[in-house]
Amino acid sequence: MMKKSIVLTLVLIFLSTTLIFSAGTKEDAAKEVYFLNFKPEIASVYEDKVAPAFEAETGIKLKVVTAASGTYAATLKSELAKSNPPTIFQTNGPVGLANSLNYVSDLRNTEFYKILSDKSMALTDGDRVLSIPYAVEGYGIIYNDAVMRAYFALPNKAVALKSPEEINTFAKLKAVVEDMTRNKDRLGIQGVFASTSMAPGNDWRWQTHLVNVPIAYEFRDKGIATGIETDDFDFKYANEMKQIWDLYLDNSTTARGLLGSKSVDDAMAEFALGQAAMVQNGNWGAAQILGVQGNKVADSDIKFMPIYIGVAGEEFDGLNVGTENYFCINSQVSSEKQKLSDQFLTWLFSSETGKAIVKNDLMFITPFNTFKDHELPSDPLAREVIRWMNKSGVTSMPWAFSVIPSGEWKNNFGADLDQYINGRMSWSDVAKRAVASWKVEYDLAH
Amino acid sequence: MDKTLRRWAPLFVLPALICFVIAFLVPMIMGFVLSFFKFSTVTDGVFVGWSNYKRIFIDMDFIKALWMNVRFTVVTVIMINILAFFLALLVTRGVKGTNIYRTIFFMPNLIGGIVLGWIWLLIINGILLPKNATIITDPKYGFWGLVALANWQNIGYMMVIYIAGIQTINKDLLEAAEIDGANSWIRLKSVILPSIMPAITICSFLTLTSGFKLFDQNLALTAGNPARQTEMLALNIYNTFYTRSNFEGVGQAKAVLFTILVAAIALSQLALTRQKEVEV
Repeated sequence: MMKKSIVLTLVLIFLSTTLIFSAGTKEDAAKEVYFLNFKPEIASVYEDKVAPAFEAETGIKLKVVTAASGTYAATLKSELAKSNPPTIFQTNGPVGLANSLNYVSDLRNTEFYKILSDKSMALTDGDRVLSIPYAVEGYGIIYNDAVMRAYFALPNKAVALKSPEEINTFAKLKAVVEDMTRNKDRLGIQGVFASTSMAPGNDWRWQTHLVNVPIAYEFRDKGIATGIETDDFDFKYANEMKQIWDLYLDNSTTARGLLGSKSVDDAMAEFALGQAAMVQNGNWGAAQILGVQGNKVADSDIKFMPIYIGVAGEEFDGLNVGTENYFCINSQVSSEKQKLSDQFLTWLFSSETGKAIVKNDLMFITPFNTFKDHELPSDPLAREVIRWMNKSGVTSMPWAFSVIPSGEWKNNFGADLDQYINGRMSWSDVAKRAVASWKVEYDLAH
Repeated sequence: MDKTLRRWAPLFVLPALICFVIAFLVPMIMGFVLSFFKFSTVTDGVFVGWSNYKRIFIDMDFIKALWMNVRFTVVTVIMINILAFFLALLVTRGVKGTNIYRTIFFMPNLIGGIVLGWIWLLIINGILLPKNATIITDPKYGFWGLVALANWQNIGYMMVIYIAGIQTINKDLLEAAEIDGANSWIRLKSVILPSIMPAITICSFLTLTSGFKLFDQNLALTAGNPARQTEMLALNIYNTFYTRSNFEGVGQAKAVLFTILVAAIALSQLALTRQKEVEV
């Protein structure tokens, strides 16, 4: 009898587990596109506008999951292993793509690839097209023109310049910023620069974006083309980076010691509320400025200037323009789902409804031939990026950071920047460790 | 009756057994196997032998996390147990309103680790504000912040176990000791402590293992900052697995080492304190 019930138990275990697992796979049959979104700042647009509109027009459900800031790689990893994995996911460039090679399908014959204007922008492997960029972005120093006008109108200003447009070198930027700090009470700001956010997960504006400027200059000197991975990095412009880094820290709304509690959201809010005159960020931050309650900055006062670090000839360089936003379609989902994914992406970037959302809500500057000039986004930062891209006599800085050998390098560098802020590491050590870590991480990846 | 019970026992064990198999046994075996594979998602890997175990030591992160973890665990095991024991003594003295105190002391244990981490982050950053510092300015702050949090969360729980232990002490024994002229220190040392050894065993086991397993609080309070100096083993494993590409297998190998290590420490602690337990 005892034995019988044990057998019975085992049979029951077997049955119930099969039931549980088969319940998971049934969902797969639904007509659904699962999009794993990378950008938390526009997650609500995907959920509230894109998904309902797409379902209304095509009858296909769009499931959007957004990874929290700084956790995309981790979320992607666990989502891909599930029985109902994302059908569309994002990669940040050649380095990120290398980790998902088993999961990217060839997009050569998709409708989505056909609408890409410059085919060379896609990430490829031989003939295969693996990843297609969907948004061109630019970043630099965002400034509040109203505060700048107030400053340049001061009778006691110490610089000879007359408008922020004339700032085109680090020396001029420094002179203006430091003089503004001296007059900050009169200007009604708490600091020139918004908080240098160093809270965990919020240091990407520095360990990726700011360091891009010295890296891009170094690669330009060495003739290393953008997107080519290399172990040849000596941080030639480390001292230039230190200059701008110190300028950010010394003229900030927040004391050095307290930066560890500040997030990017905090910094953007300070700018939106008029507490800071400048903040380093990109056009994706528009929603974070316009969406802040009590926003005091007029749209027409939100302007961009490039990040100047003190390299000779920098007056001829513009904003940092590039992309780390590439879509991939999961090769391990059914071919029907891959087709639906293609249909969704094509719909989003070529149908009237889709394009309107892209222009007005997602605010992407897209690389697709389906967009006419008047369909470019109209938010102030995107307009500024377009203006700088087309400005004569100025070349945009490329996004050299796409070949930073690993996320680990960025994390280590961010941690060292934080140590420097708190006086626990000298700048020469920060620079030395960055160079050493680059070599180590490059070797590990190759 | 007994026979019927025995006959149907397997059936009643079934739900728990299924959960145990799905949520514990299968992942554990998979994890062990995966530590010998190179993979990026857990369903798809290539066998690489011991290479993941060798790669653990290409940097000192794991050792540093272990050392931080050992220091943290030593401090918290001692503090939590002593404080919990004295709180238990206080609330078993029959003073009015002790039930309310017991409840209040226990309550922090009901809050989840991430929430606690955020709450204490606010508190500690608030305290450090006049010094122009935050919890991640200096690893000292992070360390003591974690200690404070662990104490606050666990003392109430351990106190309940000690209360149960104290209540089982035979009153006659205490009275006899008192009549024999034992002062309160001797009563504590020679009567109370030996009688509650089982509670001490279980409490030190719980605090020891939870000290090593601490994860959410670590993640929410400091996330290992500054520069990984407050990163403990569980967080280190998580970071290796999730934030370093191509290191998933290494994270898994670390997890296997971690399991063996914690099991070894906990078992030797159990053996040690068991020896001291007395039959009354």
